[in-house]
Amino acid sequence: MVETAIELVDVNKWFGDFHVLKDINLKVGAGEKVVICGPSGSGKSTVVRCINKLEAHQSGTIHLYGAELTNDPRSVASIQGEIGMVFQQFNLFPHLSVLDNLTLGPMKARDLTRSEAEERARHYLTRVRIPDQAAKMPKQLSGGQQQRVAIARSLCMEPKALLFDEPTSALDPEMISEVLDVMEELAQDGMTMIVVTHEMGFARKVADQMVFMDEGEIVEHGTPEDFFGDPKTARCQKFLSQILQH
Amino acid sequence: MKKFFVPLMLLVLLSGCSASGNWGWYVIDPRTNGGWTNIKFLISGMGSTILISVIAATISIVLGLIVALPGQSGNRWLRLINRIYVEFVRSIPLLPMLFWVFYGLPIVFKSMGFNIPIDPFWGAIITLAISDSAFTAEIYRSGIQSIARGQSEAAQTIGLNYYQTMRYVILPQAVRRILPPLANQFIYIVKMSAFASVIGMQELTRRANELVVTEYRPLEIYSLLIVEYLVLVLIISAGVRWLERKMGADERV
Ligand SMILES: Nc1ncnc2c1ncn2[C@@H]1O[C@H](COP(=O)(O)OP(=O)(O)OP(=O)(O)O)[C@@H](O)[C@H]1O
Ligand SMILES: [Mg+2]
Repeated sequence: MVETAIELVDVNKWFGDFHVLKDINLKVGAGEKVVICGPSGSGKSTVVRCINKLEAHQSGTIHLYGAELTNDPRSVASIQGEIGMVFQQFNLFPHLSVLDNLTLGPMKARDLTRSEAEERARHYLTRVRIPDQAAKMPKQLSGGQQQRVAIARSLCMEPKALLFDEPTSALDPEMISEVLDVMEELAQDGMTMIVVTHEMGFARKVADQMVFMDEGEIVEHGTPEDFFGDPKTARCQKFLSQILQH
Repeated sequence: MKKFFVPLMLLVLLSGCSASGNWGWYVIDPRTNGGWTNIKFLISGMGSTILISVIAATISIVLGLIVALPGQSGNRWLRLINRIYVEFVRSIPLLPMLFWVFYGLPIVFKSMGFNIPIDPFWGAIITLAISDSAFTAEIYRSGIQSIARGQSEAAQTIGLNYYQTMRYVILPQAVRRILPPLANQFIYIVKMSAFASVIGMQELTRRANELVVTEYRPLEIYSLLIVEYLVLVLIISAGVRWLERKMGADERV
């Protein structure tokens, strides 16, 4: 039996009157990879943002390794850094060098010394295949390199799970694969991952579970084989045919 | 505007020197002994004006940050305190606040058992600093808000708390957007420091008032007073422009 890493039970969220998430249920085992897809505005980002408490949910429960995540500031504080997040827009700190981007969290939130933090930073920069860019400023790097720095920055916190919100959507096409390759390697190393993406090739290769969302609901949920081979709902079929066209 | 004003003033001054009946430029004519003494008397207020302004601005920069930070927090009560302070302070005219601080505050202190006299120097500084802090707080606010939300979210996901996020991520980036308007705000303080004259502070305006009383030459003396402020403000403006260029240059690296 695999340990449960993340579990959402009947999670609901509203933005004012707008019901963004409707009874979301999701169970992610340790080391499992979940890919979430769905049309724009369906609530994919909101799901991952609720999991790492960038957004508050209004009902239902979210557990991380058995511990409930409430919207209480102490609960929020306790998981900061435990769940990594990779953003569509990278969100690197532009005023800090690549190395300082990576060492900030470990030094300030984990009390590592500078040399410990730098050693760890160089280790993860090597893992994302840019060992020689440590001294550069983020804007001197290409988009693909910046996103890999962002992944390394998350890894430096040695998180229990890593969330990705459309990590390749802001990249030029020729840079998408270098980021996906790094993510695939992470997946092979057993990282627990929830990935919002429309890269279906990546999904086929790494996903243990596929989730299709529309209008705040999980409409379809299953193994990649079932999902791609035999989508049940018309909405999902339509979405897949549109996305697989190009 | 400023470009035209300087030659205009010089013209007025020069035409006055040419001995036509109603002008009395002799009161500030550097070629005569009396005129030179008067000029030195007027300019001697410059030190106080600058000192008051610099100290008040320094306090205001710190106070403004202390006021601005709660306004950025997730706690709505802290945000409310920030709003109340800013709206309240911003709506009090400077002169009544100056009177309240200078004449009223010592009474408040006394009723609490402290015997703290407030002299014109500190009365002026406290008033200017408080009045200005509402504006510096708003400058900080817009500077902080100009940093994209993604930055604080990224900081949060690598485990930084609110203070650390401000200290290491937001403020270092906001500084270059905040500095030029803060420096501009210094001009406001310099001009408002003229009000300190009414509580007896010996600064530029007070000196001019005193000389007018003895010399009966308001036009000439107040003209020189305006020129004094003009020179001060032009120097500061040049400094602000230099700062803006420097900040802008950094941006392009
Ligand atoms: N802070 C907010 N306030 C109000 N409404 C919001 C807010 N954030 C998101 N929404 C709305 O919630 C809905 C779901 O947003 P979300 O970003 O989760 O969608 P998404 O599936 O990630 O879409 P996309 O593919 O465009 O990123 C959208 O209709 C969006 O407009
Ligand atoms: Mg999204």
